[in-house]
Order: sequence, then structure tokens, then C-alpha cells
Amino acid sequence: MKWMKNLKTYVPPSFVVERDDYRCIRCKACVEQCSFDATFYDEDEDRVWNWDANCVGCDRCAAICPTEAITVRRADPTYRYNHNWNGHIDSIKKRAIFGGTPVVSMGNDRPYPIYWDHMLLNASQVTNPSIDPLREPMELKTFLGRKPDSLDISDDALKTKLAPQLELEIPIMFAAMSYGALSYNVIEALGRAAKEMGTYYNSGEGGLNKDHYKFKGNIIVQVASGRFGVHKDYLDVGSAIEIKIGQGAKPGIGGHLPGEKVSETISETRMMPQGSDALSPAPHHDVYSIEDLRQLIYALKEATEYKKPVAVKIACVHNVAAISSGIARAGADIIVLDGFKGGTGASPQVIRDNIGLPLEVSLAVVDERLRQEGIRQYVSIVASGGIRNSMDVVKAIALGADAVYIGTAALIAIGCTMCQQCHTGKCAWGISTQDPHLSKRVNPDISSKRLINLLEVWALEIKETMGAMGINSIESLRGNRLNLRGVGLNEKELEILGILPAGE
Amino acid sequence: MKIVKIKEDNCIFCHLCEVACVVEHSQSKDIIKAFKREERPIARCTVEFNYPISLSVMCRHCDDAPCIEACQNGSMHRDERGYVVVNEETCVGCWMCIMACPYGVIKRDTRREVWGLSTKCDACPERDIPACVDACPNEALIYEEL
Repeated sequence: MKWMKNLKTYVPPSFVVERDDYRCIRCKACVEQCSFDATFYDEDEDRVWNWDANCVGCDRCAAICPTEAITVRRADPTYRYNHNWNGHIDSIKKRAIFGGTPVVSMGNDRPYPIYWDHMLLNASQVTNPSIDPLREPMELKTFLGRKPDSLDISDDALKTKLAPQLELEIPIMFAAMSYGALSYNVIEALGRAAKEMGTYYNSGEGGLNKDHYKFKGNIIVQVASGRFGVHKDYLDVGSAIEIKIGQGAKPGIGGHLPGEKVSETISETRMMPQGSDALSPAPHHDVYSIEDLRQLIYALKEATEYKKPVAVKIACVHNVAAISSGIARAGADIIVLDGFKGGTGASPQVIRDNIGLPLEVSLAVVDERLRQEGIRQYVSIVASGGIRNSMDVVKAIALGADAVYIGTAALIAIGCTMCQQCHTGKCAWGISTQDPHLSKRVNPDISSKRLINLLEVWALEIKETMGAMGINSIESLRGNRLNLRGVGLNEKELEILGILPAGE
Repeated sequence: MKIVKIKEDNCIFCHLCEVACVVEHSQSKDIIKAFKREERPIARCTVEFNYPISLSVMCRHCDDAPCIEACQNGSMHRDERGYVVVNEETCVGCWMCIMACPYGVIKRDTRREVWGLSTKCDACPERDIPACVDACPNEALIYEEL
């Protein structure tokens, strides 16, 4: 057919597509759905076949096949077993053959420890009663923003002037994923779900399409180093403004939206030429110190008449506690900690897989440090990067987070299979693409319902767990590390996480 | 009367509406047998494509159906449910209905021994929801009151 394998550019395929010829009815649904040119129909031979080298393992073909004729398998490594080298042979070959550093997407996929899975939650037994969330009210409402040192309540009224707050019905928000990285329909679904659930979605650094201004009241707008799409109206639409200093998947480097994804509408929204790469610089060129950050925070507060909280998002790196202290003192109302498992639409593989700190550890040390310094009330902490389920949310809150961001989990809810091809712009699930035909694959009606379901189920699970612990308000769980016990952690890890080992 | 509404913004060009239509109008109603063992029925819907637009088109069951007007012997008629259907017994395959149809959704089945047969959407009389609507993975076809 179209190709012949060529040794010059040969890297063994990562996936093998197996096809049960008895079940295959030649309907060609898989052929149309494959956006990576891995599936073909040959009319002469009346057969559907695959070019495995192009398969990215997104499972779209298997999912759409009406007769379940397709199975996509991970290819078994064919090289002689070598514990040291097996994973690296292909990555060296790729660099040597193509002469560039591989770009990848989504979060760190290396087998680093997952501390969530080493923490267990408590429950009430005999000495204190557990609560049934189906019979008794449970409070998940959360306020993000600067809290006062004390409250003056006199004459039955609150006399203290409160700083602007974000009001969340559930302590889960949708993380910053830009229009550009994601398709229009996905943003639409996120917006609808956030509105319905009384929470917020983050615009990401790509500005905000005029159509999505209708979600005012449920948007956090981001100001990143590229300043794409930042203007007065944009800031006004946001309920809060987030300054993105770093991202967990790529701490220390800027963003890169490939020119192929900069369509007409993206170029309008981002205020940049169509088809040109959208490059965000690594640092903000006006933020080289905490003092500079303070200036930017207050510039944004000034621009929005001190009516909106300002968040600062940083990637978790070695001195995260000291940096967070600086951010709190610089006047931020919310600190977003993005752990190294956080996702991205495109990042060099070496950066994604080797830089940063686990969110769990960072969260624990930041919360502890801010408490010790007596400034914890000045900022809310939002945990982000690798929150996979409702129990991660509960554990994050028990470690000291006020709320969490979910990004990857939200995308999975609307179809994502984590094939890590966001940077190609060819997402077969229609999520991270600007191709007008591919992006139709996300129907905002279906996707927003799924997102709402996910949040509702998580909220119920969180309430159930809180009830088991005998807690009826998320406020009582916040920073309540006594409800956590560590298993399989060493003494130093337990000390850093600030939790007791199981049994103590 | 309920009708299949076409949402072209959601059509992902997967052809599963056609597949479902074939299965529904097959003898066995079994997907493998319908495609590989039996004489394959003709799909009553067609997915049209012109990048980036795609949509599935099938009979609109017009109020003033020109195909009924055009039919020389009353084979094309409105059934008790209100849908426009063909009487297979009497259709002689003159294709006047095809000439008259403004949507091009009537197809020719020339496999009968003597006369051809006009083949078109019958809104799945044996189902509550037409097969194509049921099969659409992205709600690009919905079955609603007109």
C-alpha cells in the first residue's frame, strides 16, 4: 500500500492492533475514527489493516467498533531483557534518528511513589458516632481567599471587612486548560459543568473565547508569561485571576502551542497571528523576584478594583515552602500548588519526567510552613496535579489543601484515554485538537452531563467518607492530619507529611 | 409525530447509523450474520461528508411528500403511524419516487427477480427508538417530536 517500513526511521511500534477477522464486518468505522493514520481499508483485498508504528494506543478504534473485533495491545518488548537499558533503547534511538527532544503530553508517567496510596483515612467506631450523609446535612461549601486574623461581630452583625472570596459548592475545580490546547466543545462542557455544580473552571493561559463569557461567575482567568488574550474584559469576566508562574508538568519552562493548533478562532482569542507558534516564555519577564510578583499581583488587583482574589500558581519544586511563604507575603489570596504529576498539552519528555516534587509532600510542607509563620489564614491553598479520585481529594484536604483542581480526571470523564498525544493536535477523542471535524467528537451536551455526574459522585463519596470519620463539614477536615495514617512510609517521609504511622 | 432529527454539529462520520440500519432490516437482526451470511439489506440512511461537515441523512417523512405524489400505483404511502413507507408487494421499481425526492434518501434495490424496489427509511416499526438513533455514539441523531 502506501508504505514500506524503512530501517532508517524504524523504532519498534508501541502497540499492536489485533483484529478478529470473523467479527470484522468491514464497516470502516475504525478507519474513519483513526486520526493517526494507523488504520486503513484496502478495497482490492476487502480488508481493514493497521500500520502499528502509527498507533498511539488511544483505543478509539476499539471503542467505536460495533462488533468488538479490535483489541489494541501494548507491544511486548522484543529486545533482550535488560533492566538498566530496556526503557531507554527506543528513547535514544528516537533522539538519534530524528534529532530532536521528544515532546510528550499529560502528566509524568514514571513509576515514582504515589503517596496518596500510602495514606489511610480514619473512621468512627463506638467512642464517637459516625454520620450518615443521606440522613444528615453535610457541608462541602468552601471559600477561597484571604481570611481575616479575627472577626469583629458586634450588634449581631459582622463588622470586619472581608477580602473577596471565591464561593465553591464543592471543593473541586477544573484546572487551567487553555482554549487552544483543548477544543471549543471541551471548554463549553467544562463551563457548563462548573456553572451547574457551583464551582469554577480555569481559562488557562489562552484567553477566553467571546462565546464563553456567558460562564461569567464560574471562570478563573489565567495570566501567564505569554499574556495571551489578557485584556480588561477578560479580567472582568473572571471571578478570580490566576498568575501562572509554573506548571507541574514542566516547571521552569514556558508553554508552547504548536502553530497547527492556532486556528482562526484561537488566533482571535489569543490575539496573535494565525498558524504561528504560541510560545510562552519560561519566566514572566516582569517577575524576577517576590517583589516583582507583588507588583504584578497588585497591578491585577488595581485593574479589577480589588474585587477579585488573585491566585498564584507554582509548580512544586525543592523550596516550595519558602516560595509559598513569599507568595503569601506578596499579597496573593490563593496559592495553587501543581505537583509533578500534573498534566500538560505539550512538554519535553525529560522535563516532565524528572523535574518537580510530589504534590502530597509539597502540600504538607507548605501548609506546615505557613502555619508556623502564622500566615496560613492569608492564603487558601489549592492542590493540583495528579488528583485521581475522590479519596485523593479527601487526603489532600486533610493534608491542608482548601480545594483541589482536577484536569486529567475531567478529561478522562469526557473520553480521554491518556494516550499522551495532546501535543500532536490530532486527538482522536476530539479533546485536544483544533481540527473542526475531530473536535465534533466531543458533544458538549453529553460531556457536560458526564462531568456533572463525576463531580456529584465524588461529592457524595467525600460526604460518605467524612461521615465515616464523624465530620459533618469539610472545614473540620481541612488540615486535620490526625485522620491520616501512613503505611509503608519511612520515618522521614512520615515526618515531612506530618502524619502518624498506622498503629500509632 | 416523532422524527429523527439530524444534529450535524455532532456527527463524527463513524457510519454506525448505517450499520445499525442494516442490522435492523436484516432477517436475523444479528450484526455478524447480517453483514457476512445473509443478503445484506441496504442502509436507509447515508452519512454525507464534506470536510469538516458530516451528517447522516435519511427520509424526512415530509408532510407534503413528493414521493407519494409521484408514485404511480400508491405503493409509496403514509402508514397509520404517519410515516412515509413503501409497500414492497406493489412497488414496481419505476423510481419516480427517487426522481421526486428532494433529499435523495430513497435508494434502489435491484436484487429482486422481476421488479426493483424503492428502499427507504421506515422509522423502524418494530422499535420504540429507530436503530440509527440508538446506535449513534454522539447523539447526532435524536428522536423527537417535530
